[in-house]
Amino acid sequence: MTNIEQERILLEGLAKEDKSSIERIYRDNYKMVQNFVVNNNGSTDDAADIFQEAMIVLYEKSVSGSFELNCQLKTFIYSVTRRLWLKKLQQMQRYQPSNVEIEDTVAVDEDIEQHEKNHNDFQLMEMAMTKIGEPCKSLLDAYYLQKKSMQEIATDFGYTNADNAKTQKYKCLVRLKKLFFAQYKNLE
Amino acid sequence: MEDTLLIDAVERFVNGEMSVEEKIYFEDLRKKNPELDQAVVEHIFFINQFQKHNNTRSYITIIHDVKAQLSQDGLIVSKNHKAPAKIIQLWKKSKRTIAVAASIAGIVSIFIASIVSVSTRKETNIKPLVEKLNQVENKNLQIEKKVNKLEAENANSAPAIVLKGEAKFRATGFMIDPANKLIVTNAHVANEARNGLIIENNKGVQFIAKAVFVDVEKDLAIIQVTDEHFKKMSPLPYSIKRNPANLGEHVFMLGYPKQEVVYGEGYISAKNGYQMDTIYCQLSTAANEGSSGSPVVNSGGEVVGIVTSTETNAQGVVYAIKSANIYKALEEVKKMPDYTNSRINSNNSMKGIDRVNQIKKLEEYVFMIKGN
Repeated sequence: MTNIEQERILLEGLAKEDKSSIERIYRDNYKMVQNFVVNNNGSTDDAADIFQEAMIVLYEKSVSGSFELNCQLKTFIYSVTRRLWLKKLQQMQRYQPSNVEIEDTVAVDEDIEQHEKNHNDFQLMEMAMTKIGEPCKSLLDAYYLQKKSMQEIATDFGYTNADNAKTQKYKCLVRLKKLFFAQYKNLE
Repeated sequence: MEDTLLIDAVERFVNGEMSVEEKIYFEDLRKKNPELDQAVVEHIFFINQFQKHNNTRSYITIIHDVKAQLSQDGLIVSKNHKAPAKIIQLWKKSKRTIAVAASIAGIVSIFIASIVSVSTRKETNIKPLVEKLNQVENKNLQIEKKVNKLEAENANSAPAIVLKGEAKFRATGFMIDPANKLIVTNAHVANEARNGLIIENNKGVQFIAKAVFVDVEKDLAIIQVTDEHFKKMSPLPYSIKRNPANLGEHVFMLGYPKQEVVYGEGYISAKNGYQMDTIYCQLSTAANEGSSGSPVVNSGGEVVGIVTSTETNAQGVVYAIKSANIYKALEEVKKMPDYTNSRINSNNSMKGIDRVNQIKKLEEYVFMIKGN
């Protein structure tokens, strides 16, 4: 099996949230990223955070279906983490490292931009979910994620019939949407 | 209920649960009705977001699992190692800078040390004398005071106020007797004034004042506001403590090291002043020129001292006259014919309120003292 094929399989595994693929990518690349961050004014904790973020970028790309890796996975990860870390350094206003080597990196600006948007959406939804509270959270979860039928949900949540459960679900959905879009539209 | 039906329809449409006719009808409706179309698009987008969110969440949970395992294996360095790693990093990054800085610091400190040793030579002659005097204590108190004063003038303990170029100066004082408009400050402040004294309140209004009593030994002076425009003030919001402040007690100061009132904080770091001078206590805080005469107030709103001087060869060491000396000075003032009814009259309203409100009350009774 060629390298390219191996990496393609790894990314497919990532899209399916396969634990061993995630672990493989960590084992192959983590030291490199840690060295980069630590050598550029970061701590090992910063390195762990940055790597996790890069893993999310990879995940987002691999589930989007349009991901074609036209370089080595290692190069891509290095480029993404480098970009993320320099950005973070700038935000923290620590001085820009002068000795950032001009190594062969690939353009990842678009990926980072997309990731930032996704991250924002994620935070908004997280916030909205916390605000609606229970039982709304579980109710929506059961219907939209676990794909349970209204009859099942009515039994599980103790509603007298499926119609009642539906009304309840409807109310929860409207609240969640309202919370989410209120912020979302602000950002647009 | 309309909306419930709408969402229901949208969901059945999205999930492909509609019959063929129903679907055609619905799509037709969508084309004709932009609002409905909008609702469908929005709903699909939202549910998509909702599911995406959930997926990312579960993915992050798995990452956390992997990370936990990898830090057990030692691949990921855990938080506990953070501090040393950071310090080593810092060291690695900046060892050259540090080396240069250290050598400069070394040269400078040798230079300063030599200057200090030259300039304090006089003083080293006095030091043993003080210690001897302390053994005999009270009997020789007067001599001791004089020695202390000599030291203060000689070397380390310099008055916090310094004359400005145009023979003007600025310092601080605070009210002790509102009825007789008496303000206490340092003797070196009152003595600085050759032509006249002016006080300025926190609103920037100036009044004429004159020195009533100056005790150079204790570095304490009482001045009186003679200006007729000066309005009579209500009793003091603070009391003046007769007993010495406790070691470690937190205190704050208000003074005029610049053109506006400045707040400072510190604690009582020693019960006695420079070389065991019992008139003073020692504070750990920062004081600038112009702070001379600032009240030192504890958390209970009691004045425990008056800022006097700072040690020049140690940062953050400030000496303050113990507040009990104010009473002694006032006793002397009472002996004068015009001031027999002088007394410290306090309503203690600074007790038990928070710092910010204490300052608000205190501010009105602290004055800038100027002269030429």
